[in-house]
Amino acid sequence: MTTSKEHGTPTFQVVYPGQPGDAPATLRNIAHRGGAMNPSVDALRATFGAAILRSEVVWGDTTVYVERAKVAEICAWLQGDPSQSYEYLVDVTAVEYRDAVRAIEVVWHLRSLKFRRFLRLKAELPKDGKTPLAVPSVWAVWKGADWLERECFDMFGIRFEGHPDLRRILMWEQYKEGYPLRKDFPMRGRFSRSEQLKQALAANPEARYSMEELSISDAFEDLPTDMRSRLLGGEKTGE
Amino acid sequence: MATATSKRTIEVALSTTGLGPDGKPQRIPLGAEGLTRAAPALEPEFEGEHMLINIGPQHPATHGVLRLVLELDGETVVRCIPHVGYLHCGFEKIGEYRQYNQIIPWTDREDYLNSMGNNVAYALGAERLFGIEITPRCTVLRVIAMELSRIISHLVWLGTTCIDIGAFTPFLWSFQERENVYNLLERWTGARLTTSGTRVGGMIADVPEGWTDQLRHFIATFPKTLDQVDRMLNKNAIWVGRTVGLGVMTPEEAMNYGLSGPMLRASGVAYDVRKDFPYLDYETYDFDVPVGTNGDVYDRFLVRQEELRQSVRILDQALQRLPDGPVNVDDPRVILPSKTKATSEMESMIHHFKLVMEGPRPPIGEVYVPIESPKGEKGYYFVSDGTAKPVRWRIRPPSYVNLSAIPKMVEGHLLSDVIAINASIDIVMGEIDR
Repeated sequence: MTTSKEHGTPTFQVVYPGQPGDAPATLRNIAHRGGAMNPSVDALRATFGAAILRSEVVWGDTTVYVERAKVAEICAWLQGDPSQSYEYLVDVTAVEYRDAVRAIEVVWHLRSLKFRRFLRLKAELPKDGKTPLAVPSVWAVWKGADWLERECFDMFGIRFEGHPDLRRILMWEQYKEGYPLRKDFPMRGRFSRSEQLKQALAANPEARYSMEELSISDAFEDLPTDMRSRLLGGEKTGE
Repeated sequence: MATATSKRTIEVALSTTGLGPDGKPQRIPLGAEGLTRAAPALEPEFEGEHMLINIGPQHPATHGVLRLVLELDGETVVRCIPHVGYLHCGFEKIGEYRQYNQIIPWTDREDYLNSMGNNVAYALGAERLFGIEITPRCTVLRVIAMELSRIISHLVWLGTTCIDIGAFTPFLWSFQERENVYNLLERWTGARLTTSGTRVGGMIADVPEGWTDQLRHFIATFPKTLDQVDRMLNKNAIWVGRTVGLGVMTPEEAMNYGLSGPMLRASGVAYDVRKDFPYLDYETYDFDVPVGTNGDVYDRFLVRQEELRQSVRILDQALQRLPDGPVNVDDPRVILPSKTKATSEMESMIHHFKLVMEGPRPPIGEVYVPIESPKGEKGYYFVSDGTAKPVRWRIRPPSYVNLSAIPKMVEGHLLSDVIAINASIDIVMGEIDR
């Protein structure tokens, strides 16, 4: 970072994606399966060995299946290693198939701006009743994972271990019906309309702030006495 | 406008209208030392006393149903906790119960300022999943559609941000021009906001007779409005004073937070999906990617202003090269046969029946196709198990990820600057909550 002389405005060096001389073009006639594999896969195999389970190329994109417990380590390496330089986390999401036994997959879409590469990482969570629905968080590697992981937790119930603030984001904190994007969740929701209405009417309208917010400041002291005692008694707030 | 020699213009093209004598953009700090505008020292007896302030969800400056809970020390933001989800409709869940063409109306309604762009993005993703190559005329028409929705989105951003910061006139100008674009879209698709303009393998319709002349008229007159806005705002002391040095993100931070679109480029990262992962033959168009070097609200404004001009350039080239020919692919797997054929030929009737009753079926596979939406990198991730409905249809929402960096951007700034910073993110709650 340099500083211009006139107003002390900090200015940044411009970061260009890709290598000099590259001229990427629109992809055409992509094969359904097969095709050039992302070179990062070989580098991953050389570095992590058995933690890289298998890889495939579908419609031009490379997918790598990795061991669940090693995800954070692999991501940190992919982001930090100068030969990989995946400095951009595109997306974190999950896929549950309509198959009752097929594993739930957690999907990370990574992008290297430096090399103009795209890589899809996947970790499988078998539905055997024994494997916990949990994967390591990559929040420490990319801050952009914060809300993406929270959404994935909210919608699928997958816990991201190491996430600093893993709570529901799109649904409200006291939502009790489960995880909406799971295949066993009916489109209309789990509860009947009357039950949903009953819960909505029973919500405490004066408690507009979450416990976390109330605890961060002196505002707690300004609350009405009865509300303060209820909160101290462990009652949850919520809309 | 400066003619750029390189593919990417830095600073020079950005600041053509606000140039100082040295060729640098003119910045006029409003008497403040430096640019971060630290809050004045507090009265000793108030020091350390924090206040909790709630903005939204029903507040005109939060651009929808965003709710921000701010912890204030005097007027300085100590901590910001955003709450989203008030508009959650479960689009991704609904998509799992719909056929591929039936999902297109939902894409209008998430980022509703960029509905045509979303339609195109959706169709591009679905077509890769089906393995379809679209026709040359369709390719150019889709470029026109995407750039028109970019213009709409940036104009709404400009207008609402001006209102937030206190300028009323540019709002009227930009909404007037937006009306012209909506008239164009209405003639093409029959709808203004919820266009549903694409189908898997083509478009809902070809452009009507005389439509290109109307578009030519628009791109001839529109830059004049942009010049007016530039004259009004670029060197305006109030505008500059309320935007310079606010919400600064360094290039490293911006990439780490996953920012995209004008937010990322204002921070000095020249990443544009149209250049770096081209689609729709964008590599054959001559346009520049504006890049800021300060990463503040003012640079985001400049980047978007320049993107509007570049969109006009792309539209001009697209109009020149618009080829004749069919709009839809000739593929009975996805495109309905004509009414005459369906009632006179046995095979066409069967195709028609199967397409309507069962829907097109892609092979097993998954795709993620990103596009450059006005907010940033938008992509649809499809997972297909070979049936007519996707197993998973995921929206990669650029403004959701951009908004997640708001605590980082506002902390340490004044309460009134929160409004300007929030406006600069260009959020659409329909896309964030989905």
